[in-house]
Amino acid sequence: MSAARNRRADLRIGIDVGGTNTDAVVLDASDRPVAKTKVATTPDINTGIRRALAAVLADPRVGAARVGHVMIGTTHATNALLERRELRRVAALRIGAPASTSVRPIFGWPEDLRRAVSADAAVVAGGLELDGGDSVAFDADAVARFCAEVGDRAEAIAISSVFAPVSPRHEFLALDVVRRELGDIPVSLSHQVGSLGLLERENTTILNAALGRVAVQVVQAIEDALKVHDLGHAVPYFAQNDGTLMSLESTERTPVLTIGSGPANSLRGAAFLTGEANALVADVGGTSTDIGALSLTFPRESAFGVEIGGVATNFRMPDLVSIAIGGGTVVARDGDGAVSVGPRSVGYRLGERALVFGGEVATLSDAAVAAGRARMGHQDVPASAHPLLAEAIGESDRRITDAIDRIKVTRGDLPLIAVGGGSVLIPDGLPGVTEVIRPEHFDVANAIGAAIGTVSGHVDRIVSIGRTEGERARVIEEARKDAVGNAVGAGADPGAVEIVEIDEIPLSYLREPAVRLRVKAAGPLSKV
Amino acid sequence: MLLDATTLHHYARGAAILGAGGGGSTGVGLLAALQAVEELGPVEVVPVTEVPDDGLIMPVAGLGSPDVTLEKIGNPRMGVWLREMIERETGLRAHAMMPGEIGGGNALMPVVWAAHAGLPLVDADGMGRAFPEMQMISMHLAGIPATPTVLIDERGQGMVFRDMDAHWLERAARAVAVAFGGFVTTADHVVTGAQARTSTVLGSVSRAVRIGEIVSGSRSDRVSSILEHLDGHALVTGKISDVDRRTTDGFVRGSVLIDGVREDKGRLVRVEIQNENLVVLEEGRMLASVPDIITVLDTQTSDVVFTELLRYGQRVTLVALPAPDIWCTPRGLEVVGPRAFGYDFDYEPVGSILAGLPGAPARSAPAEAGR
Repeated sequence: MSAARNRRADLRIGIDVGGTNTDAVVLDASDRPVAKTKVATTPDINTGIRRALAAVLADPRVGAARVGHVMIGTTHATNALLERRELRRVAALRIGAPASTSVRPIFGWPEDLRRAVSADAAVVAGGLELDGGDSVAFDADAVARFCAEVGDRAEAIAISSVFAPVSPRHEFLALDVVRRELGDIPVSLSHQVGSLGLLERENTTILNAALGRVAVQVVQAIEDALKVHDLGHAVPYFAQNDGTLMSLESTERTPVLTIGSGPANSLRGAAFLTGEANALVADVGGTSTDIGALSLTFPRESAFGVEIGGVATNFRMPDLVSIAIGGGTVVARDGDGAVSVGPRSVGYRLGERALVFGGEVATLSDAAVAAGRARMGHQDVPASAHPLLAEAIGESDRRITDAIDRIKVTRGDLPLIAVGGGSVLIPDGLPGVTEVIRPEHFDVANAIGAAIGTVSGHVDRIVSIGRTEGERARVIEEARKDAVGNAVGAGADPGAVEIVEIDEIPLSYLREPAVRLRVKAAGPLSKV
Repeated sequence: MLLDATTLHHYARGAAILGAGGGGSTGVGLLAALQAVEELGPVEVVPVTEVPDDGLIMPVAGLGSPDVTLEKIGNPRMGVWLREMIERETGLRAHAMMPGEIGGGNALMPVVWAAHAGLPLVDADGMGRAFPEMQMISMHLAGIPATPTVLIDERGQGMVFRDMDAHWLERAARAVAVAFGGFVTTADHVVTGAQARTSTVLGSVSRAVRIGEIVSGSRSDRVSSILEHLDGHALVTGKISDVDRRTTDGFVRGSVLIDGVREDKGRLVRVEIQNENLVVLEEGRMLASVPDIITVLDTQTSDVVFTELLRYGQRVTLVALPAPDIWCTPRGLEVVGPRAFGYDFDYEPVGSILAGLPGAPARSAPAEAGR
C-alpha cells in the first residue's frame, strides 16, 4: 500500500546512525517534533536502529499506522570501506583508449583495499571528446573479451568512459555488451556517481560497485526493521551526502552517495530548526566538532573531491572543517605546565569518567560547567581544577574561532547555529559571528535533518554557450528545467521544487565558448 | 641521477612550486610517471655537459586545456611517436628528451614519454618555471629556431611545422590543439648538446628534486624552508576573498584577491593570472611580477594551489621566488617581463621592491594597467 494514499500517514521518522549514538525523531505533518530518542549505536548498527524505532514508537503520541515515511542516515557504507569488509570484487572497465592510458585503473590505491576490491581491470577503445563527439570508435569486441576473462571472478562491473559527464552513450553501449555476456551482474556507471575528472570518477564508480552488497544488506535490514515494528507500509528513504534523500532503489544503485550523509543531515537540521538559510553550523559531538556552512538552507559543498579509504574521488561532500574538540575531549597539563586540549576523548564514557560525573578525567564538559556554560553531572568541579579548565575552555574557544574563520567564504559576519550533544561548549559570542543560535531539539538536529524529507535533482553538463547572450540564457534555462524534472522524478512535489544552486565554470581551449553547468533543484517530498 | 618512485615524489613537489601556479596539476602526471618507472625502470637524468656536441635533445611538453586533461589523461606512446617524427624530420637520432618547462604537470609527463621512448632526460629545461606561451622559452631567447616542431595527439596523428617563427608557432599549434580535441604534445626548439649548454636553464630537474627533498624533510615550517632555500619572499598570508576567472583566446585569465590575516590583517593583495600567476598588486603598487616565480601555497599544508584550483575561502601564503637568471636581461624581459603580458610597467626583482631600494621604477597606478 502506498503511504501517500494513506490519509492517516501524517508522521515521518528520521533516524541518524552516528559513530556514538543512533538518534531518532518523529515529525508531524507540520514538521513539529513529536518524539525523540538517543540510543547507543551498536556494532551491528541494526540493533541500534531497532531500539531507536522501539523507543519513539513507545511514545503514546506516535502510532505506527500514522507513519508514512522513514528516513535513514547511516554510516554503513563508510564503515565497510574503512574496514574493508563485505566488499564486492569489482572488474573495472575504462572506455578510454587511446586518449587515457597513462594511468591504469586502481593504480596507486592502498594495497589492502586493492586486494579486497579488484577482480581485474582493462582499458578499451572508445570515449568522447569534450564537445561530445566520438574520440575513436567504441570497441564492443574488447568489452566482450573482458567479460569472458573476468566473468568467473567478478561480482560487479564498474564502467567509466572518457567524458561520460558530457554524454554517457559509450557507457550505455558497454552496459549492453555486459548484459549480453554476463546477464544481470551488478553494474555501476560512472556518470551516475561522479563528475569531471576521469581517475577520481572511476575510483568513485569502483567503490560504488564494491559497496553493492552492503547496500543490499542495509536496505534489507531497514525493510525488516520496519516490518518488525509494524511499519511495513511506510516508505523508506536514505539520506545522501548533499542533504537530500534517495529511494531504496537508488541506494542500491549508488550506495557511495550515502557517505557524508551524517554532517549533511546536521546542517539541514540546523537550517530547519532555526529558519536560517545562510549561516554557519557547528555540530559538536563527544570527540570532534564539524563546522560547515549553509547556502540557501543546503550544505555548501566542497570545491574539491575527497579521499575515501585512501582513494581520491570527486563526488561532492559538505565543505567542513573538523577539529578535535568535543564534550569528551581530555584536558591536561604537560610536564612544562602547558595545557593540552585533546585530541584524546573519553567518548561515550563521559558519564563515568568526567569530573562532574565523579570520574578522574578532566574534560571539556567539565570546563564548560566550570565556565558556567553548562549544567551537568552530579558533582562540583574541584576548585583545584579551575585554573586548568579555564585555560582549556579558552583554548577550545580559540580553535573554534579559527575553524569558523576557515570555513567562511565572505568577509561579513554570519550567525552560528550550535547543534549536537556537546554544543554547550560553544560560548554565546565569538569573533566573526553575529550571534550564536541554540535551537530547541539541538541534540537531534541530524535526525531532524534526515526527517525533513527533501529530494533533489541534478544537472552537471558541459554546454556550448555560443557567442550571444541569448544562447547562454537558453542553455541555462534548459538545464534548470531538467534539474527540476529530475527532482520531480525523484519524488519531489512539483509545486514546491526550487533551484537551489547554479554553478557556471568557463572552460578553456575550445572552438567556441563553453561552460560546465551544474544545477541543483530540490523540494519537499510530494504529498499527493 | 635516476628518477625512480622515491625521487619522483620529490620532483613532483619541487616542480609544483616552480610552476608559478601553472603547468597543470602534478597529481595525474605523478601517477603516470610512477607507473612508467614501475613498468620500464627508472629514467636516467644526464647533465647537459655529458651530451655530445651533436647529440639531439628534444624539448617536450603538453599543450592544451587543463579541463581536457581531467578526462584525457594521456597516452604514454606519445613519447615514442614524438621521437619517431622528430628523427624522421631531422634525419638525426634523438639522444635525450628535456622538459620544455619545469613547472607543474608539464615537468612530469616528459618522464613518462622518455621512459616509453627509451631515452634519458637532460638535467635542464627551457623556462626554469612555467610560462603560458611557446615563444617564452630560453632557446628562443638564444636564437634557436622554433621549428621543425612536431605535434602529436593521443591517436598518434601528427603535424610537422617547418620554417615558422616562435610567435606564429604559438598561434598555429594552439589552433591545432583545439582541432585535435584540446590537448596535444609537442617537441619544439630542438637543440644539440652544444647548443643546449648555452641556451637552456641548466640543472632544472635536479633542482626540482632538491626542492622537493627539502620541503618533504622539514616537518614544521615548510613555507620558511622553501623561502630560505630558494631565496624567496613571503608576500602575504591570508584568505582568498574573491576569484575572478574567465577564459579568453584559449587562456585562463583572471585575478584573485587575498585578504590578509593575523600579522597581515587589513592588507588586500591582488594576483593577476594568465594560466600562471603574473603580477601581484597592493594598493596600486606592484609587489612582484613575472619572471619572478609567484606561487600560492596552502597555509596549512604548504602544498601548491594551482591556478585552476583557487577558490574562495582558502587560507594561503603568497610567495615570490627570484626569476631564473636567464630572463633577467633586457632581451629576456622583452619576452617574459610584465610588458610582454600587456602591463605598462617594468620588471623589478621582488627582493629589491620589498627592500624599497632607491632608484626603483615609478609605480604609477599599475593596477589599472592590466589588460
